[in-house]
Amino acid sequence: MKKQEKKKVGRRNLLKLGSMGIAALAATEAVKRIQATEKIITAKRKMAMVIDLRRCYGCHACAVSCKSENGVNLGAFRSWVNQVEIGKYPYFKRYFLPRQCNHCDRPPCIKVCPTGATYKREDGVVLINKDRCIGCRYCMTACPYDARSFVWHRRSVTGGRGWRTLERYESLDFPARRYGVVDKCDLCVHRIDKGLVPACVNTCPAEARIIGDLQDPNNEVTKIVSTRAVSVLYSDANTGPHVFYRGLHIDVAEKAVEVGPAMQSISSDRSAAQNI
Amino acid sequence: MKDKITSDLMRPVFETGAKYYLTVTVLAGIVLWGLFAWIYQLTFGLGVSGMKNSVAWGLYITNFVFFIGISHAGTLVSAILRLTNAEWRRPITRIAETVAVFALFLGGIQIIFDLGHPDRVLDVIIYGRYQSPLLWDITCIGIYLMSCIFYLYLPLIPDIAALRDNLPVNIPGWRRKFYHKLSIGWVGSEKQRRYLHKVLAVMAVAIIPIAVSVHTVVSWVFGMTLRPMWHSTIFGPYFVTGALYSGIATVIIAMAVMRKAYNLGSYMKSIHFDNLGKLLILMVCLWFYFIFSEFLTTGYGTFLYELKVFHSKVSGEFAPIFWGMVSCMAAAFFLLLFRKRLGVIGATTLASVFVNVGMWLERFTIIVPSLTKPLQEGYKAGLYQPTWVEWSITLGSFAGFALALSIFYKLFPVVSIWEEKEEEDIPQVVKRIETYLPSEETG
Repeated sequence: MKKQEKKKVGRRNLLKLGSMGIAALAATEAVKRIQATEKIITAKRKMAMVIDLRRCYGCHACAVSCKSENGVNLGAFRSWVNQVEIGKYPYFKRYFLPRQCNHCDRPPCIKVCPTGATYKREDGVVLINKDRCIGCRYCMTACPYDARSFVWHRRSVTGGRGWRTLERYESLDFPARRYGVVDKCDLCVHRIDKGLVPACVNTCPAEARIIGDLQDPNNEVTKIVSTRAVSVLYSDANTGPHVFYRGLHIDVAEKAVEVGPAMQSISSDRSAAQNI
Repeated sequence: MKDKITSDLMRPVFETGAKYYLTVTVLAGIVLWGLFAWIYQLTFGLGVSGMKNSVAWGLYITNFVFFIGISHAGTLVSAILRLTNAEWRRPITRIAETVAVFALFLGGIQIIFDLGHPDRVLDVIIYGRYQSPLLWDITCIGIYLMSCIFYLYLPLIPDIAALRDNLPVNIPGWRRKFYHKLSIGWVGSEKQRRYLHKVLAVMAVAIIPIAVSVHTVVSWVFGMTLRPMWHSTIFGPYFVTGALYSGIATVIIAMAVMRKAYNLGSYMKSIHFDNLGKLLILMVCLWFYFIFSEFLTTGYGTFLYELKVFHSKVSGEFAPIFWGMVSCMAAAFFLLLFRKRLGVIGATTLASVFVNVGMWLERFTIIVPSLTKPLQEGYKAGLYQPTWVEWSITLGSFAGFALALSIFYKLFPVVSIWEEKEEEDIPQVVKRIETYLPSEETG
């Protein structure tokens, strides 16, 4: 009788200890995971881009070169140009606003990602691990800059999109076209890691774009950002964007939403392409 | 040796009419059609839905929020009424608890429909990060689902035992075994009853904060982003209110259907509908209060991004849906107000249908307009037009919900037999009422 009681108590204690141990393990694991992702990145390199809007004349070459470099899916852009008309005839002007992922310091997209598929590299570039992304598109709703897109169409068994066969452009394979995951600007990491500049910077005929390392005090980008009047989009969000604009008209920043005629035609092309 | 209550409530479990088979066949057909639509979507990709880069979440997330909302009925009606000793709850609790469990299942599945890679869904647990509100959702909904199943099963045990003891001779062997296994040796002894009441009381208390947490974190999925009209502190209580509201309405609809189908007019009386109708009036007032606070705060301000969403809802492209929702709720309110004149059961049920349609539209107007108006709009444009795939999957989900309930009520009694039969409670209730009255002793 006595022996039995002893045994019972032992089992209960074991259960207690075990559950406490599991809880402690879970807690430390949670803390570790939070620390790992919230840690402030201090690396040798910190990539940033400066776009001089006084030079930009709206040729959309950056958007085109980005699409051909990365093979961005039909209907999506990693880099694009908004245009806004401000004022009334005869005193008005058309402004251009090249846009892309801002590679924020405190990216809202990374915060909400449930699997850690989107992450910040040591040098500040925000990337997507396409093998980890579950395609919940939470990051798309969280991004204040509307910079993310999704690959909606799966290449079907017939090798086409739905019942339709693919256009030649679509039939090529690119990581940006992988079905069911989110895609966005990766600052052309495959190029910058080899010491080249991103495709948009390379192609800009007005030399409105420069890319550089903010940690290097002698870099052109660092000099501009620290000594000139630069601004970022929607600074109220306090996300710490790393795409800086020179000569950003305040109304352009706010009204970039009113899509100009050229973009409208692109949008309707896009929706026509999607509706096929 | 069966008394009237037992035989009344057990008859539908053992006697099945042609109408039942017809209903199940039709519902199963709709579910299969929805399944076909899902397979179609898996084959060709999410592009066959109406979702696009400008509107990344659509009907599936709407359904998710709606179904999770419905699941709150189980807690409120069952747990709160049990705790407050509201005796009229007896024929309602079982329906409320089943609605909760199946609504949770259907809500969870919606996320799978919505994922670009449903095959990677386990990654959320393997690589889960607790900064993401989606993880909060999974935790809270998971705990709530388990508690709901437990909370449904506990008061079911005495009934399963009663079924086991009263099985007709011609019942198939698997069902005999099924009830035998599920009744886990319940004989109705004093000790077993005491334990059951104790555990039920604990569960009824524990499940309320869990339920509140569930719809709060569902609202936080939206509230934690910077989207205009999502990024709002009102969202937690606002969603919980809406959840209880649509949940009670769903319980009323289920009651009205089961009352007709199983001839339970003498169990689900107009007093039950009347009392639930009173609760519904309270919730509709709360709902109007919340939506008024939300829209006044937004519309009074000058914050550009919020105003864009505000105008698209009130006077823009989403106005038909928004005002449709408001009129549904207004119709429900007046139906409930004049329910005595219009016939309590009919008016309350019709009001509940309006409430559920209105609440579904509310979930839609919360989710979609904010998505079309981001802070810094990019190149994306286009309105959201759900396709046949989404409608089919939505319809299939609702049919699946009804199918699950009808199969469950075929296997188990729709009204808790032992709770209806607790005659010994009557003297206790009299005694309890006496304690409410002014006593002769010095107070």
